[in-house]
Order: sequence, then structure tokens, then C-alpha cells
Amino acid sequence: MANMSPKKNEMPSLDPKARAKCFSEVATGYTDEQAVDEALRCLGCKNMPCVSACPVNIRIPEFIAKVRDGDFEGAYQIISSTSSLPAVCGRVCPQETQCESKCVRGIKGEPVGIGRLERFVADWHNSHSEPKAENIEKNGHRVAVVGSGPAGLTCAGDLARLGYSVTVFEALHTAGGVLVYGIPEFRLPKSIVQREVDNLTSLGVEFMYNMIIGKTLTVDELFEMGYESVFIASGAGLPNFMGIPGESYKGVYSANEFLTRSNLMKAYREGSDTPIMKGERVAVVGGGNVAMDAARTALRLGAERVYILYRRSMEELPARREEVEHAIEEGVEIMILCAPTEILGYENKENPRDEKNGFVTGVRLVRMELGEPDERGRRRPIEVSGSEFTLDVDVVIMSIGTSPNPLIKSTTRGLEVNSRGGFVVNPDGLTSREGIYAGGDAVTGAATVISAMGAGKNAARAIHEYLSNK
Amino acid sequence: MYRIVYKKRLNPTVTSMDILAPFVAKKAQAGQFIILRTDSEGERIPLTVAGYDREKGTVRIIFQTVGATTHRLSLMNEGDYIQDFAGPLGLPTELDGLSDVCIVGGGVGCAIALPIAQRLSELGCRVTSVIGFRSSDLVILEDEFAAVSDTLHVMTDDGSHGTKGNVCAPLSEMLKSGRRFDKIIAIGPIVMMKFVVAEARPFGVPCTVSMNPIMIDGTGMCGGCRLTLNVDGKRVTKFACVDGPDFDGYQVDFDEAMSRLNCYRDFERHAYEKECNLLKKGENANG
Repeated sequence: MANMSPKKNEMPSLDPKARAKCFSEVATGYTDEQAVDEALRCLGCKNMPCVSACPVNIRIPEFIAKVRDGDFEGAYQIISSTSSLPAVCGRVCPQETQCESKCVRGIKGEPVGIGRLERFVADWHNSHSEPKAENIEKNGHRVAVVGSGPAGLTCAGDLARLGYSVTVFEALHTAGGVLVYGIPEFRLPKSIVQREVDNLTSLGVEFMYNMIIGKTLTVDELFEMGYESVFIASGAGLPNFMGIPGESYKGVYSANEFLTRSNLMKAYREGSDTPIMKGERVAVVGGGNVAMDAARTALRLGAERVYILYRRSMEELPARREEVEHAIEEGVEIMILCAPTEILGYENKENPRDEKNGFVTGVRLVRMELGEPDERGRRRPIEVSGSEFTLDVDVVIMSIGTSPNPLIKSTTRGLEVNSRGGFVVNPDGLTSREGIYAGGDAVTGAATVISAMGAGKNAARAIHEYLSNK
Repeated sequence: MYRIVYKKRLNPTVTSMDILAPFVAKKAQAGQFIILRTDSEGERIPLTVAGYDREKGTVRIIFQTVGATTHRLSLMNEGDYIQDFAGPLGLPTELDGLSDVCIVGGGVGCAIALPIAQRLSELGCRVTSVIGFRSSDLVILEDEFAAVSDTLHVMTDDGSHGTKGNVCAPLSEMLKSGRRFDKIIAIGPIVMMKFVVAEARPFGVPCTVSMNPIMIDGTGMCGGCRLTLNVDGKRVTKFACVDGPDFDGYQVDFDEAMSRLNCYRDFERHAYEKECNLLKKGENANG
């Protein structure tokens, strides 16, 4: 009997006051009973609109039917046949704009909690089994994957399952890319990423760390080493700054640096070797998911007040609704319709040796109002003259996007890039050079985990086709 | 893991190590840097390449004990393994077409300046080296510089070795007496590089400096190593890890770079003291 409740089973979460002071995962996940009850809400539509809205086409009604029947491992097998990172996607995918946006149940009420069910299934599998080496017959072809973020991991997993010998070259000392340096522990525990990496290792994927492609080795050298195809998934690169005065004061971070210090380098742990300026009053500039992550991290590091400064209105705020709600519940203050014009710092002109010199003291802001829509349909923010005011803060985090990393493009001949520096690819992910594919943020600029996974999947299929016909 | 194959203390606070890292050794060039972590809980620190042996697959690093990580590294020995060693990063120093260069090295900066002097000497360039230290017990690499320099000036602040004074004195004298170099390459404390540039400016001699800001990933991801250049009256943000570490000395905002370098001064002091106390405790327990 279908469950006709108009509402999803609520996601159990830690109390906002308690969680705002610790790095434990916020959402704790469905129980078996909640999962089955939620699965009963799925109508099992024949035309499966949800599947077509999933970038990796997970067979959603099929896996939900298995959950309904209590066959959680069966559900996992269905998900993992098309998705390499279910425990990750169940947590960080924007389901509300993808699969769940097309759910028929969403017309009169809330859609089925597909993301929550995916997470439940992946977690259930991970806590009931160990990664074990799978016997996959090797096809004798070697592929190099550059970067171990969501695009790279997905591509590596898909190719390994097809029998390819895959080596992943990672620049940092650990695998996961943005999943480990960017997304915080409280949203995506690192043990979950490590488990997904272990799963790939058990498929025979080899990981090489401290390998900066473009520096340690070039793409051309990878071919010389016997790799027949290369997938570039090197991610987004240099953080953008606003170009306003004061951005070099101490206490101004890019979101990448702030999050990397806290996540990858574990500055959030007591006694860590890596320093971080925690700040008492922190301003985060920008309104995306990364801005929410930075703001919530600042709160957990002990800041008393944390502000998100966004130049448009709540309606245009690009972060996922759920992340915004979580941030507000925890005490992050969202200041809309304002933009920084200058960052203020301490300068003791009489004593250049004053130790406080050069540290951030505040940010100058100007009020904005919304004008006509721009070419992307978003209403353009316009400064309100004479509306400037100062906000006292000691840390400012710039979360206004990134520009592609120059290391590979500058050392690889014949790789075409667009005006923003992203690699130019065809629908298969093929670059301007034979055998070299690219995907994820290295192509699109900063985007989502799932779209990067989709690109990884797409490239794996194209590489398989290319090497099968070579 | 990367094995320490050779270790030598150059003075009480400066240590030289050769690390087995064949991929890095194959590519490294003068002026580039590496990022290392001593252990799986350690921080990532950048160190400039002080030499390499492509056949043996080793890379030389020379570092001064300034904080917890360098202190820990200095206590490691031949046969020990370093957790991570990534590189070579940054752009190599531009040496093409130079025939008369003045190398100015200050303190441990001499370790970075040496491979540049060696490379220039190999290229047949006339090399004038000015190296400076606080006092005689801190002098490093004097013989190595002598071997590749046409002229060598050794300076100490207290006059306990070589000539008394700082590196600017002989440079100033040479420039004033009409000596014109193709280029001055200055590597050392920021304040030293700032003053070298000030000496060179009136004579219009091109001046390259090597910047060593705080970094994390070293690959152009975090933006922590940013510095400001003044280019044609405009202030431009650059990233030392991918745009540098070498920059045109006439353009660099040294005061800002100096200020940014002491961002974590309190933390570092504390971490270093804690590290030393832990070691003392360990030594007492062992003794």
C-alpha cells in the first residue's frame, strides 16, 4: 500500500545549537523504518521522469522498490551500476533541481526523498560490507586520469569496471579533490570519501599522490609512459578576488584557502599544525554553496557572529535551499542587497612595528537594489548612492568563484581553451587533441559535484568507445 | 614516502638534505620549489629547490629551523622517510641571454641563489656574487659560491667574517663605479630584497626577486600566496605559486608582502615552543 503522505519523512539532524559548535555530520540519516516508509511514497511511474533528470541516470524507481521490499543490498547494487559515489551524491547532490524536481509526488506535496534514500542505501551497504577486490578481466589498455575529485573518481571507476588499467594522478597528498579540501566534515564526512576511494582501489584503480600534471609530468609524458588516453579532471583553479582596496590585509581569505586549511589540513582540530584565523566576527562574500560551507565552518571554529554578504536578494541566492536553511538555523546572518567596496585594516602610522598593523578591522559596504534582468535572467544589482556603511569584522572570506588552473594548459600544446580558460570539449568530453578528454570544473568552471560526475561518466563512455575502435 | 639519502648541518640552524624523489629530480630547475609534509599530520610547507641530481633522482633542500615543521624536519636523519614531497612547482628563474649577472643572497636565501649561480656559470655568464649573513657562525656555502663566481663578496653584519656590512654596500659601490649588470637576482629576507631593489633603481638595472609567501597547496588553488605588483600605475594581484616565485623587483609591493608573512606569528611561536617542549619531555623520558 503506497504511503500517500504529502510530506517526506523528515531527515533526522543534530540540534542546530549543538551542531553549530562541532564538526559532526549535521544530518544523521534515515533509520530502516523511515527508509521503507519513504520508499512507499514512490509511485513507480512507468515513464520514470526522475531518471531522465539525473545526470548519471540512476534507475531510481527500481532501487526504491528494493528499499520498499527491505532488500537494501539489492538497492545498492542497482545504484552502483550507474553511480560510482552514491554515499557522496546522497549527501551533496542538489536533488531539488534534479531527480526530485520531476517527481510526480512533488505536484501535490513534497517529492519522494530520493537523495535521502540514496544516502540511506549507500550508508547501509558501507556499514554492512568491506570493500573487496573484484576480479575484473583486464583488457590491456591503460588510461590516465588527472585529478581525484568527483569527475576523476567517476571516470576511473567506470573505466576500471570495463577492464581498463587506470591510474589516477593527484596533486595533493590525499584523494577526493573538492570532496576533501572543499566540502566540510559536517556535510560530508571524510571517512565516506575515503571509503569510496577504497572501493575504487578494490576495483584495481591505482592512485599516485603528489603528482602535479603540468609540472611533475606533462600530459604528453603520460602518453610516452604508455597511457593511451588521458582524462583531465583537474578542477577549478585560482580563486577570484573582487579587486577592491584592502584585499591583502591579514584576515582576508579566499573560501578555498579557508576551507582547505580547515578541511584538508585539519585546522579545525585542536592541536593541528596548520594555523587558521578563526575570527570573532566573520564576513563571507558570496551566496553559493561554498559561501555557506565557509560561513558554517567559521561558526564552528568559534566565531561569535558570521555574516553572509550577498548583493542580490534571497530569491537569487544560488546556494541550495537546504544549506541556506541549515546555515540560518545555526545562526549565520544573511545580509542581502549589499556589496563590499573596501576592506578596512589596522594601520598605526606612528608605529610601523605595531603587531596589529595590517589585520582586518572591518568591511565597507554599499546597499544595492535590483534593476532589470541581465542576459542570464537574473536581476542586475545596482548601487544605491550614499548608502555606504561599515561592518566591524576581523575575518573576510571571498567566495565569489574561481578561474581555471593554468598548469596543464600552459604545458600542453594544442589544447584549446575558452575565454574563461576552461578546456573546450565536444559533447563526448573530447578536447582539441586526440585521446585527451576533459570534464568537471576544469571545463565548466565552478559547478556541482554531480555535474562533474556526469562529465566523468560521459568521458569514460567516450574513452571506451575510442579505445575499442582504435 | 620519500627517503632522506643525505643530511648535513650547514650551521646551527640551517640543514641541507638530499631527498630521493626521482620524478621531481627529473624536472626541477633553478628557482622552482617543492612542497613537503614531514608526516601524515603535518602542515604543507614550501621550500625552494637548492639543487638536484637527475641521475641519482635526488633533490636538495636547504632550510632554516624557523617553526615547528622545519624543526621536526631538522631532527630527521638519513634513511628516514618524508611523507610527501611534491613538485617542482613555480616557474624556473629566467636565465636565457644573460652574460653578466650579480647574484645577491641573504642568509638561507643563499641556498636558493646557489643553483642559479651554478647554472649561470655553466652557461658561460660572468657571475658576481654578494652573500651576506648575520655573523661568521651562520655563513653557509661560501666555497660553493667561490667555485662558480668570477667575483665573490662575503659580508657579515658584525664583521666576524668577510667584510663588515650588509649586501647593499658592495652592490652600491659597484653600481656607483659604473658597473652595469644585465640583471641583479636577489634572494633572501624580504627587507633585504627591498633594499637591493632600492639600490638598483636609480641605475635602472633589471632586478629579479624570489618571493616566499605563506602557501598551502602550491598549485594555484588556495590563493594564500597572493602578492601585489604595481604595473604601470595599476595594482595587480599575482599568485607566487603559479606566476612566480620570481618577480620583477621594481613591481613588488614589499611592505605588503612583509606584513602578510607574519600573519600567523603568534600561532607559529606557540607551535614551535610546544614542539620543543614535547621533544624535551621525550629526551628526558629517554635519558
